[in-house]
Amino acid sequence: MAEVTFLEALRQGIWEEMERDERVFILGEDVGLYGGAFKVTEGLAKRFGESRVIDTPISEAAIVGAAAGAAHMGLRPVAEMQFIDFISCAYDMLTNYVATARYRAGLSTPMVVRGPCGGYVRGGPFHSQNPEAAFLHTPGLKIVYPATVRDAKGLIKASIRDEDPVLYLEHKWLYRRIKEQLPEGEEILTPIGQARIARAGKHLSIISYGATLWKSLEAAEQLEKADGVSVEVLDLRTLLPMDDAAIVATVKKTNKVLIVHEDTRTGGIAGEIAARINEQAFEWLDGPIMRVTAHDVPLPYAPTLEDFVLPQTEDIVKAARWLAAY
Amino acid sequence: MALPATRPTGAVPSGAGGAALSANQLLDIYYFLRLTRTLEERLVALYRQTKIIGGLFRSLGQEGESVATAYALERGRHKDVLSPLIRNLGSLLVMGAQPLEILRQYMAKADSPTRGRELNVHFNDLETGYLGQISHLGDMIPVMAGIALSFKLRGEPRVGLVYIGDGGTSTGTFHEGLNFAAVQRLPLVVIGEYNHWAYSTPPEKQFAVRDLADKAKGYGVPAVTVDGNDVFAVYEATRFAVERARRGKGVHFIEVKTYRRKGHAEHDDQHYVPKTDLERWAKENDPVDRYVQRLLAADMVIEADLKDVDDRVRVEVDQATDACVDEPLPPAESALPGVYVDPPAADKLWFKAL
Repeated sequence: MAEVTFLEALRQGIWEEMERDERVFILGEDVGLYGGAFKVTEGLAKRFGESRVIDTPISEAAIVGAAAGAAHMGLRPVAEMQFIDFISCAYDMLTNYVATARYRAGLSTPMVVRGPCGGYVRGGPFHSQNPEAAFLHTPGLKIVYPATVRDAKGLIKASIRDEDPVLYLEHKWLYRRIKEQLPEGEEILTPIGQARIARAGKHLSIISYGATLWKSLEAAEQLEKADGVSVEVLDLRTLLPMDDAAIVATVKKTNKVLIVHEDTRTGGIAGEIAARINEQAFEWLDGPIMRVTAHDVPLPYAPTLEDFVLPQTEDIVKAARWLAAY
Repeated sequence: MALPATRPTGAVPSGAGGAALSANQLLDIYYFLRLTRTLEERLVALYRQTKIIGGLFRSLGQEGESVATAYALERGRHKDVLSPLIRNLGSLLVMGAQPLEILRQYMAKADSPTRGRELNVHFNDLETGYLGQISHLGDMIPVMAGIALSFKLRGEPRVGLVYIGDGGTSTGTFHEGLNFAAVQRLPLVVIGEYNHWAYSTPPEKQFAVRDLADKAKGYGVPAVTVDGNDVFAVYEATRFAVERARRGKGVHFIEVKTYRRKGHAEHDDQHYVPKTDLERWAKENDPVDRYVQRLLAADMVIEADLKDVDDRVRVEVDQATDACVDEPLPPAESALPGVYVDPPAADKLWFKAL
C-alpha cells in the first residue's frame, strides 16, 4: 500500500494504461515536458516520448477534433483541457461531431477528454467551472466525475478502455487535498455507470458527486453527532449514463432526498435527478426533493463572494436539517 | 479558352498535364465525371418525384476538381483517406462509394449506409478511405488532421485529403485545424474550393483576401491556386501535394477556382446569381466539356470510347435506381440502438407502451 493524492492516482491510471496499451496517447496544451498546468502528465513525456504526449497549440476544437480522427483510426487519445472551462471552445466538436459519430455513421470514437474543473479555489469565472450540465444533454457522451482517490484512478482507466467518448471531470480542489492508501500491483477499475454508497444512513439521502461529495459527508457527520439524524450519502461517480437504480434504491430506503452539486441551480443536474425520482419513486417520498447548489451567478473571485455563491458544508447541514424535520 | 473570374494558375502548369496518365486512367476519370453528373441528374428526377426525403445538393460545374483530387490519392483498403463535402460526390465515387449507396442515403432507406440516420453524402467507410462530413463546416479539418496524425504516429505512408469551401474558410475550426496540422507537419492535403457562393454569400462578403491560398500561407502552409475546372491541372497539383505529404513534408493547400452552377440546394432558385455568369461558365468552362475536348484534341481517346462510358454509366445508374427505389424505410424502433456500445440501446419511453 502507498498513500497517494487524487492527482497522483489519476496520473497512475493514465500511466498504467499507456504502459498496457501502446495505442493510448495524450494531447493538450503544455502536457509534454512541462507536465501540464497542474502536473497531471508530469513524467509521461519522458517515459513514453513526445510522440505519445503531444503539446498542441491553444486550440481546444483542434485538440478534440484531432483526437476524434485518431480514435476513428484505432488509437486511444486522452485529450487534456488545461482548465475544463475551455471545453466550451470545443463544444461544437464534442456535441456535434464526437457524440453523434457512432449513431449517425457507425464510427468508433474511443477517446477521453479530461481536465480540471470546479471552484473553492478562488479561480474566478473562467477557472472554476463545472460544465457537466452542458454535456449531460448530449446522447453519445459519457460523463464521469470521481470524488475519491480510488475512483480517480479507477475511472480514468475505465474511461480510456471504454469504446465510446468519455468526459472525465477532475476537481482541482481535490487534486492534492485528499489522499488514500492504494494497493500496489492491484488493477483498479471503477465501472462506468455505477454510483456508490459513500455513507450508509436511514433518515435522509444526500445525492452528490465531486467536491461537494466531501462537503456532504462532513455535513452527514455533523448531523449524526448534533441531531442524531442518520444521513445516507450517494456518490454518483458517473453522471451519464446515470445510475437510476442506485438513486431509486436510496430514495426507497430513506424517503427523503437532498441533491447537492457545485454547479449552478437552473438547468443543473439536480433537476434531472429530481425528475427521475419523481417518475420512478414518487410514492416513496415523504418530503419534497430539495436542492443545494451554487447560486445562479457566474462564479466570482473574492473569497467572500465565492464562499457565499458555492454550497458550503454549513448550507448542506441546514438544508438537511430542514428536510429531516419536514 | 477564356476562364472567367479566375487567374492564371501560377505554380502549376495547366496546359502540360496528362502525360503521366494512361489511356485507361483517362477513361477512368471520364467515367467518374460522367457518373457524377448522371447520378446527380437521376437524383434530380427522384427529387421531383418526391422520392428524396431531404434536400438535394448539386455539384454541377465542380465535378472536375472533385474527381481529379480524389484520383490523385492511393485508393484501396487501408490506403489514403478523404473527407468529402456536400459537393464532392465525385470524390466519394472515386474512392469507392457506390451509386446504390448514394441513392439509398438520399431516399433514407433502411439499407442505406447509415440505416436512414444521416443524409446524402454524410456516410463513411474508413477502410475504403472516406469519412463523411457533418454539417458544421470546418469541423472535418481537425478531424482529418487527427486521421493524418494517426498515420504519422504509426509511421504509415498514408495521406489524408480534406475539402473546405470558400465560406467554410471563415470558420474557427478551419483555422484551428490547419494550424494544428501545420505545426505537427501532418500528411494532410487541404483542397480549398473557391466556387464563388456560400449559399447566397459571395466571396467579398466572406473574406477580405483575394485568394484562399493567402489564408493557408499565413499558417506556413505551402499553397497554390489552380484552375479548378481543368482536370489535369487539379490532378497534377494534387499529385504533387499528396506525394510531398507522403514524404513527410507536411500539409499542402490547393485552392481550386471553380463555380457553383446550381443553387445551394435544389430548392434554391439562385436569383442572386447573375444569369450571364451562369451561362458563361456553362458554355465556356464546364469541366467535363473541357476534359473531353482535351482528350479528343490530343487523340488520347476516341469518341466511341467516351460513348461506351456514357452507356455504361446510364445502365449502372438505372440498375442502382431500380434496385432501391422501392425499398422500405427503416423500422421506427431501429432509432434506438447504437448511441453507445454500452448501453446498446436508448430506452423506449414509457408513453410508447400506453
